[in-house]
This record gives sequence, C-alpha cells and structure tokens, in this order.
Amino acid sequence: MSNPSGLVPDFPSVSVAADKARRLRTLTLALRALLFVAIVLLAAGPWLFDLNQLTLLTEFFTLLVLALMWNLLAGYADIVTVGQHGFVGVGAYAFFGLVVLAGLDPFLSIILAAVITTILAGPALLFILRLRLAYLAVGTWVLADVLSLIAGKLPGFGGGSGVSLPILVARAFGASVSQRVVTLYILTFILAAAALAATWLLLRSRVGLGLTAMRDSEEGAKSAGVDVPRMRVICFLWTAPFLGLAGALVTLQKVRVAPSASFSITDWTIFIIFVVVIGGIGSFEGPIIGTALFLLLREYLADFGAWYLILLGAVSIAVILIEPRGLWGVWRRFFPIDIIPVSHRSPESSDRTNPTKALPLEPSRPQRAETGENV
Amino acid sequence: MALELINQMIQGALIGGLYVLFAIGLSLSLGVMRFVNIAHGDLIVLASFILMSFSAILGLSPFIVAALLMPVAFVAFYALQRLLLQRLVGTNLLGVILVTFGLAIVIQNGLLQTYGPDTRKLSGGALELKSISIGGGLSIGLYPLLVFATAVVVIFALDRFLYRTSIGSRIRAVADDPAAANLIGLPSAKIYGIAMGVVGLTVMSAACCMSVWTNFDPEIGPSRLLIAFEVVVLGGLGSLWGTLVGGVIIGVAQNLGAQLDAAWQILAQHLVFLVILFLRPQGLFPRGPRT
Repeated sequence: MSNPSGLVPDFPSVSVAADKARRLRTLTLALRALLFVAIVLLAAGPWLFDLNQLTLLTEFFTLLVLALMWNLLAGYADIVTVGQHGFVGVGAYAFFGLVVLAGLDPFLSIILAAVITTILAGPALLFILRLRLAYLAVGTWVLADVLSLIAGKLPGFGGGSGVSLPILVARAFGASVSQRVVTLYILTFILAAAALAATWLLLRSRVGLGLTAMRDSEEGAKSAGVDVPRMRVICFLWTAPFLGLAGALVTLQKVRVAPSASFSITDWTIFIIFVVVIGGIGSFEGPIIGTALFLLLREYLADFGAWYLILLGAVSIAVILIEPRGLWGVWRRFFPIDIIPVSHRSPESSDRTNPTKALPLEPSRPQRAETGENV
Repeated sequence: MALELINQMIQGALIGGLYVLFAIGLSLSLGVMRFVNIAHGDLIVLASFILMSFSAILGLSPFIVAALLMPVAFVAFYALQRLLLQRLVGTNLLGVILVTFGLAIVIQNGLLQTYGPDTRKLSGGALELKSISIGGGLSIGLYPLLVFATAVVVIFALDRFLYRTSIGSRIRAVADDPAAANLIGLPSAKIYGIAMGVVGLTVMSAACCMSVWTNFDPEIGPSRLLIAFEVVVLGGLGSLWGTLVGGVIIGVAQNLGAQLDAAWQILAQHLVFLVILFLRPQGLFPRGPRT
C-alpha cells in the first residue's frame, strides 16, 4: 500500500524509481502552484467574496493560527497544553483594557495585547516547567482556569457576564458593518500569514531542527545534543504573542469580552486539539487541512449539537490509534512529499543525492551557540 | 465569626474526603501506568449517571446499587485498559493524553445527549439528615463523616493491597520498570489491566459518594478532574496517605474561598495548589524512589 508504484518490490529498477521520483516532483510542484494560487485568491478576498464568506474565512484564519500554535507546542515541543484558551483570553482582555479603559489607539492596542500576553507567558513558564510531562496537560488547564476566573473579577470588564466593545472602538475598524468585516478579514489574513511564515521560519531554523528531532525521539534528540528544556521555552514564548493577537482579533469578531467567550475552552482548545489531531499532528500541513475540514464539516453538522462533538472525539481517538500522523499522514503514505518544505531532507528518502544534507543534527556546542542568533 | 470560620474549615476538611476519593484512582493510574487520564472526572460523572439509572430501575438505595455495580466497574475499566489504552503503552504520552481527551469529550456529550443538561442528585435517605454535635454549637453531618471514613478505609485498603499482597507487589514491579518486569515474566498488559480495574472500583465509590452529597450534571467532569489532579500533585506522586492531606487542604481552601463568593471558591482552590506547587514541586509527601 505504501508503495503504489512498486509492482516489483524486490527489484525496483532504476527507471521505475526515477519515474516515481519524477512523478512525485511533478505532484509537489502542482500542489505548490495550487497553494500559491489559493494564497493569491485569499489575499484578494475582499474583492472576490461576499460578507458571509469573508466572515467564515476570518474564522478559518483565526482557528488556523491557534491550530498552528498548538501543533508547534504539542506536536514538536511535547508541551501538550489543554490551557491554550488561557492566553487567547489574556489577549482579548488586554486588548479591551488597552483600547477601552486606557483609551489607546485600537491598532496599537492589538500589538500591545500580544506584548502583554508574551510577558504573562514568563511566569506561566515557571509553573509549567515544574510540571513533568504527564502533569503538564492538566497543569496548563488549571492555569487557564485561574486566568479566566481572575478575568471575571477584574473591575471594568463587566465581571462574570462580560461587557460589549463600545461602538466608537468598533468604528475605528470601519464605519459600517461591511467595512468592519473587510477590515477584520484583512487583519486575520495578515495574522494567519505571519503565523504561517513565523512557524515555517522557526521550523527551518536550527531550533526547528532540534524540535523536529524532539518530535521524532526526545531521547535521540538529547543524545544528539539538543537542549530540550531550552527548546521548550523558546517554543512556548514563540506561540504566546500569536495567541494574544488571536485573542485581540477574536474580541473584534465577537464585539465583546466575557470570561466564558474569551476564555472558551471548547472554541480555543478542544476544537483546536481535534483540528490538529485529525489533520495531522507534528506536520506543517496537518493543521491547515484540519482547520479547513473542521469548518467544512461544521457547516453541515452544526445542527447535530452534541453528536457533532461525539463524532469529533471518536474520530480523533480512531486517528490516534490507526494513523497518529492524521490525514496528512495517510496522504503521505501514498505520496511522500512536503508541499511546504520544513525538513532539510530531499523529499524522496531513496534519493539522497547529498548525504550531508540529510544529517538532521549538528554536534551540541555549535548548535547551541547558533541557536541564539536564530532566535 | 471565628466560630463560623472554624465550622467552614471542618466542613471543608470533610468534603476533602470526597476529593480524596476523586483523586485516589488518578493517583493509581499516574503511579502505575504513568499517564494522566483526562477522562477521569468524566468517568466519575458517567458512573454517577449509571448509578442513577439503575437506582431508579431497581428501586434500591444508591449505596446498594453501587455495591452491586462494583464488579461491573472493575471489568469495564479492565477492558478500557486492555482494549484501548494498552495500545498506546510504550509510545509517547501524547497518544494517551489525546485518546483520553477524546474519550472525555465523547462521554460528556454522550451524557448530554442521553440525560440532558439538568442538574441531578441522588437521595441517600435518612442518613443524609442525621448530624452529630461536637460542642461549641458546632455539628457535623453523619454522611460527610461517613464519606471521610470511606476515604480513609479506601486508602488503607489500597495501601494493604499494594504493599501486602502478591498481586500488589506485581503491580509495583511493573510500575517501577515495565521492561524489567517483562523480563522476569510478569504479564505487564494484564497487570496494567488489573490496576485499572482497581481504579474502576475507586471511581464507582467516588461516584456513589458524590452523587448523594452534591449536585451533578454532564458537564462537571473536567472540574472533578482538576480537583483530583490538584489533590494528587499536592499529596506527592505515589503517596497514598499524602492524598488524604491534599484532599483536606483543597477542601478547606475551597470552603474558605466560598465565604467570599462562588468564583473565589475555585480560585482559592487553584491558588493554594499553585502556591504549594511553586514552593514544593515534588508535593508534600513525595515517596522517595517512586517519584
């Protein structure tokens, strides 16, 4: 199954192997071209789509950012957090506080919300690093719960029931509703593009090499000289500003802050975990596929309420048991290609023309030295 | 005022007994199988609803039904381990966390679909109303006292089971080093299954005590998981008696916080946990070599 063209598996002649490699390369190029066209179309979105479609795509970009970040933590750095909604909520509340209570410029407030979330990630790390891995999932959940409860106690934020964003602030993003939808679309598109680019750069860097090694085998990565705790810290701090930005933009989408909405564990953590697991954890393409599939399914199954979540839960259990690398893992069994190349290997493992390039890791000392520059 | 505070602390310590029952199964699965079962709280809630249904069908007290269902709980948890979780042993922890997470969501929404979102409570009969005066105008309910006693008995029994029986020493051997246990011929898969079966027994007793004492609905599973988790971490991994102290601390913190308001009840619980975790990451009573 894993070798569709290998009709004669014992003696794959050179021409068959070369033929297969050529076809995979063509497929890769075709898919990359498709991806490029999709990005161009999305960039031109405000001129192409109606308001409903723009709203749906805005949600797609937001979920995609969260999925990318959760995948980076859980899929690579082995920080399986169930508290991602905590930082989204912090971003939302920070944005609201800055723009409404402090009266700052709305666009500046979005940026500052990311800064505040990153600053808060520091003390959170103190606790998270104290919890060994098995505890980490629940420990992050406790932290997020604390943040949500504190948010409900803050003066000026409407307590447990929350408060709406003043219309004057909303007007800063467009005088009419349709203008605001377009502005939000552009903002979330920029955020998603930045998150994709940042994740890609991180994974292509030496830190990314270390992370990929950790994904494949933590013991192996350690013995090859990867500074595992340091990688975890970098990864965690890397995701914080994006979660904060997503939180600020979510506030603009919902036009209000409230502990239950801004810190929604279902929306910002549970769905995201399903998205990444079903799409393919520990891969770059997985979260993108997962987010698209999730929204597509939801359009048809949202009316089923609890059944929809039961289905998602059952499917993700099945995915972990049958193909832990998700849908992208299934695809890669048949077509072992990277549409978005993050590894430094050539796509065909049988076609390593340059063996030095295939070496995943450098010795420990120079790597640590250069890691600093890359970050 | 001081009397009221003392009263709240006593009540908190007693509800700590219930929290110990939540935590003891989690402590066992963490200590033996080395994983956090995210669905632990939801399994307790599931057991409560099953108890409610059978209690209604049979027309019996929930205590008797719980006793009758004990073997079912053992077999169900044994099967859960052998058929589902055992497939993930030996892989990294990610798989177990994600599978139990999926299970938690399936249970929660399955209950929501079957029983609806209403809040429930089972009746314990006359037992619930009796109380004992302890002087100074204070009195404690007989039922909370019995739950606390149950928690102590369960810990004692589990301690005996793990440290005085041959199956207990096998469980500890597999917990300490699965590979070495396999080498000397211990069937680790079966032993994991038995340990999880024992977790099932604690979950059923926790469900019984909870459903008579407090209200429950399909969505409270996660908050029970957080309580159980905090109790285990506070007590120190592998320390059964430490769990008892952890439970009392969490119970007292909650009740004192509740004096302010409902949000502070949970906030106080979490903050006490975080502060102690920060000062003593290994828990209050870490068990030397097993931690």
